[in-house]
Amino acid sequence: MSKPELEQTPSLNAMFRFQWEEAQNCHVLLYPEGMIKLNDSAGAILAEVDGEQDCAAIIRSLEARFPEAGELGPDVLEFLEVAREQNWIRFN
Amino acid sequence: MNKTGSASTDAMPSQSPPLWLLAELTYKCPLQCPYCSNPLDFADHGEELTTDQWIDVFRQARKMGAAQLGFSGGEPLVRRDLEQLVAEARKLGYYTNLITSGIGLNADRIAAFREAGLDHIQISFQASDETVNNMLAGSSKAFEQKLKMAREVKAQGYPMVLNFVTHRHNIDRIDRIIELCVELEADYVELATCQYYGWAHENREALLPTKGQLERAERITNEYREKLAKEGNPIKLIFVTPDYYEERPKKCMNGWGEIFLTVTPDGTALPCHSARMLPIEFPNVKDNSLQHIWHDSFGFNHFRGDDWMQEPCRSCDEKENDLGGCRCQAYLLAGDMNAADPVCSKSPHHQKILDAREAAEHVADDTPITFRNERNSRVFARG
Repeated sequence: MSKPELEQTPSLNAMFRFQWEEAQNCHVLLYPEGMIKLNDSAGAILAEVDGEQDCAAIIRSLEARFPEAGELGPDVLEFLEVAREQNWIRFN
Repeated sequence: MNKTGSASTDAMPSQSPPLWLLAELTYKCPLQCPYCSNPLDFADHGEELTTDQWIDVFRQARKMGAAQLGFSGGEPLVRRDLEQLVAEARKLGYYTNLITSGIGLNADRIAAFREAGLDHIQISFQASDETVNNMLAGSSKAFEQKLKMAREVKAQGYPMVLNFVTHRHNIDRIDRIIELCVELEADYVELATCQYYGWAHENREALLPTKGQLERAERITNEYREKLAKEGNPIKLIFVTPDYYEERPKKCMNGWGEIFLTVTPDGTALPCHSARMLPIEFPNVKDNSLQHIWHDSFGFNHFRGDDWMQEPCRSCDEKENDLGGCRCQAYLLAGDMNAADPVCSKSPHHQKILDAREAAEHVADDTPITFRNERNSRVFARG
């Protein structure tokens, strides 16, 4: 599967619910009878996936939030590709 | 704070919280499946928790860190306050799962659950064909109702899991079962073998498939997985084999009191839904806080760690893999809940498993089945 394009808009697969879990101290994806714990960067990226913002907007927004991290485009697109392979997100 | 609290907290500083709360709301059920996981003497158990008592249990478990909440039973739809319980659970932040036979469901109720925030519905089937399904369910209308409800669940946009408990009467139609699940657009399919406790243990002779049946079913499931993946179908097939055909036991519940907490209709808290059969007094949510029950109660601490183990488990270099297997199975088959699970080929009682496998090869098709209903349950309750 190829990397998503900048003008594509990801949305969360309705199968999953994304939320912050205090007890786990991380963002998680909840699905029927299961839970995936996300690391900090995966959590930060998925928090931007709202079905409205395209990939370019998501990258801009993350770069504004984490200015010390430098250019984030390639990493974000790579993660979104993995997230699509995992069926967590879909593209329009 | 109870008096034993600090001592056992010190001993187990890293005890993780329960992640999974299974709320068995009621033992009432319109069906009579002969492999039901409810206790044999369910008819003898006390009054169900009230709406407020359940909500309090949900609040406590959520505060401790539980993220998944399963509404189960019996048939949870029998509870008329189910919509309210779902709404409260969702508000608390749980991922809410309704585990149902589909009997008692209709389009309006599915919509009301949606409104309340229900995340997912799991419908159990007994077989892929109407006659076998209805025979096992003890109901002539069950199959048609299940099909209708599965379609309605998808039409209303829920993630849907279909659960088929497999055994010698339906496992040879696994191809048809999978095709039915694809047709109904299930997201996950659990092809889960009977777990031989309680009712299923009573009916083991009539239910345990042969090794040949099992291998064939697993091979066909793998073929479908490959075919469906190629077609780009995201459906997930989960195949659970009976441990009767393994040489090492399962790490039951992923460890006693590690992630799973069941609360039964009368408020008894258990580390797994079968544990009630063990000669241990388990705590009740009406008498104790969940915090106390999970961290400090005798019942939940009993099989944590490995101090309780006997030989051959104690000195076994694989003990971390399976923690000695299932305590209920050890109790049922070896007559000692501290023994190694007889599924293990190192167990001195492993012959019982081998005998059951052998018996499966010669069982008559008309072996009688004891159905799970009030009348039969009263016989067990009287002992």
